[in-house]
Amino acid sequence: MSNHEYTPSSKFGKWFNDRLPLLTLANHLTDYPTPKNLNYWWTFGGILTFCLITQIVTGLVLAMHYIAHADMAFSSVEHIMRDVNYGWLLRYVHANGASMFFLAVYIHIFRSLFYGSYKSPREIIWILGIIIYLLMMAAAFMGYVLPWGQMSFWGATVITNLFSAIPLVGESITTWLWGGYSVDNPTLTRFFTLHYLIPFLILGLVVLHIWALHVPGNNNPVGIDIKKPSKDTVPFHPYIVIKDAFALLMFCIVFALFVFYQPNILGHADNYIEADPLVTPAHIVPEWYLLPFYAILRSVPDKLMGVVAMLSAILILAALPWLDTSKVRSAVFRPLFRQFYWILVADVLILGYVGAMPAEGLYLLIARVATAYYFAHFLIILPVLGWKEKTTPLPLSITEPVLGGSPNFATARIDEKIQKTIK
Amino acid sequence: MRKLKNIFFAIIFSAVLLNSSYSAEKSPPFLETKWTFKGLFGKFDRASLQRGYQVYTEVCASCHSMKYLTYRNLAEKGGPEFSEAEAKAIAASFEVTDGPDSTGEMFVRPAKLSDKFVMPYANEQEAKAANGGAYPPDMSVLVKARKGGADYIYSLLLGYSEPPEGVELDDGVYYNKYMYGNKIKMPAPLSDDLIEYTDGTKATAEQMSKDVTNFLMWSAEPHLEQRHKTGFRVIAYLIILTVLVYFTMKKIWSRVEPKV
Repeated sequence: MSNHEYTPSSKFGKWFNDRLPLLTLANHLTDYPTPKNLNYWWTFGGILTFCLITQIVTGLVLAMHYIAHADMAFSSVEHIMRDVNYGWLLRYVHANGASMFFLAVYIHIFRSLFYGSYKSPREIIWILGIIIYLLMMAAAFMGYVLPWGQMSFWGATVITNLFSAIPLVGESITTWLWGGYSVDNPTLTRFFTLHYLIPFLILGLVVLHIWALHVPGNNNPVGIDIKKPSKDTVPFHPYIVIKDAFALLMFCIVFALFVFYQPNILGHADNYIEADPLVTPAHIVPEWYLLPFYAILRSVPDKLMGVVAMLSAILILAALPWLDTSKVRSAVFRPLFRQFYWILVADVLILGYVGAMPAEGLYLLIARVATAYYFAHFLIILPVLGWKEKTTPLPLSITEPVLGGSPNFATARIDEKIQKTIK
Repeated sequence: MRKLKNIFFAIIFSAVLLNSSYSAEKSPPFLETKWTFKGLFGKFDRASLQRGYQVYTEVCASCHSMKYLTYRNLAEKGGPEFSEAEAKAIAASFEVTDGPDSTGEMFVRPAKLSDKFVMPYANEQEAKAANGGAYPPDMSVLVKARKGGADYIYSLLLGYSEPPEGVELDDGVYYNKYMYGNKIKMPAPLSDDLIEYTDGTKATAEQMSKDVTNFLMWSAEPHLEQRHKTGFRVIAYLIILTVLVYFTMKKIWSRVEPKV
């Protein structure tokens, strides 16, 4: 945070700012000292803000034409696709926007995992992020129910049925969620209401997320604390703004390719069949971004324990700042952690893959091994690594290695090689 | 580290392979045909859409509804583009029940451009009763509702054959190698010269299958042409802007760092 007091130059500006310091806030946001070595993985925060706003704006217009009723939802979506001006564009942006949102959030989360951005003093930013991620999953799931296609209906049935695994009160909770004795019109209307509400909760949490970020400032690829402002930092505007804009535009090109040329490739064909409670689809699968958790759920033979495992898989992330005992933030200086990091990435991708496959035979076995490894990574590997791992020397500042003529990563690699030869 | 990366890619690669072999054992590869609506500038073949409508209305429409289509759609841009007079004439050849009139009576009148496509059955129960218990699905978004899309529909229409030895079929069930489970309750709908095309094209089974699939693709994605056109402009605009922003970024960052 910049320490100097900001005084608006105009008289009116000063009068206004004394009463509501909006200009001070704007000045803080533009001057905000940012590490100058941030790489492109750091642009996804801005991209995610763009995704949220896109979803809210397209969602608002869609809600003007959509009818939340079991008999009319499907045809109202077709009405949007056929008769509403640019309705097809709004709907495809909104539907693919959800996928792009998750793509960006997964990159954002894994960036944080790699560079140790969740560690002290940024635990609250991280936990707020996990809550945002949980709300995103809830919003996405309920949004997928709204078109009232076969996958909407059966996905809703499967997920809401999970609550019936809770001992004693499970059945009552499920009935309460449904507003009846099966997924039906009352379920649809409440899902629509919640789907409309949650994005605004997310928006509020995003404000807190950014606020909490602006207290300690950004982490950076080297992961060391830096003086702010100093020669290690640049003001947010124009340096980071233009870099974020460039990355956002690249992201939008990929987004546009999906929207205009493959708008349905991330969805499931069955969702273009109107919901029919009497016909169960051959395979009920969630959207791709929920598949790893779906795989964890199905890898446990007991229903209740499966639900517990699935929830723990997400909630364990909230404990991450305390499970990772290493004092070094960035994986650049943690040679062993770096290997385990990539194994974890592969593990999550494998979980996603088997989540899309029928839970039988080899797939089930792979899912079980991958699930066990997922938990082992957080509960065993990370705590032990913190004590055992020999980290490579940290630079004194982020400009030091640059001035020395070698970028950080190369330095780290050379160190690694030297250590190997010494051994 | 490099070794690890290789393992990483090996896993992903084998996963992709595993996936393709998994889906391959379910059905044979689809029949190949060239679709004009695919690609960056994909457009519908107007004449094929018009013939496709003829196949639909003379063959499919006796069992399959298209409840999200309106007669005016037939004259709209990006579709079969019948002239408005032609579309009006098509609509007028169907009858719809309207009302109640000022005396409270329902009455039958010829359909107008604003009417939805007339359905072959009054309700799902009647449709099932007339088709041996199987409900002929509504065809408005059928192409998008099937894995494989247009290729699947086209292949299915031409995929009928005698069942291989050892496969027993009940009465009213037919063998189709592209159908899920290979058993279908719809008899082969198209055969050579089943209809006579108004534009003189020879009505082979392949031609009719292709035309009607084109028509169904349009009905599922009526704004496909506009989507492709807008998409190209949007992406071209984004690329130009990205390049400009890239150089702006270079310029701004040159004040502090040689490279961004």
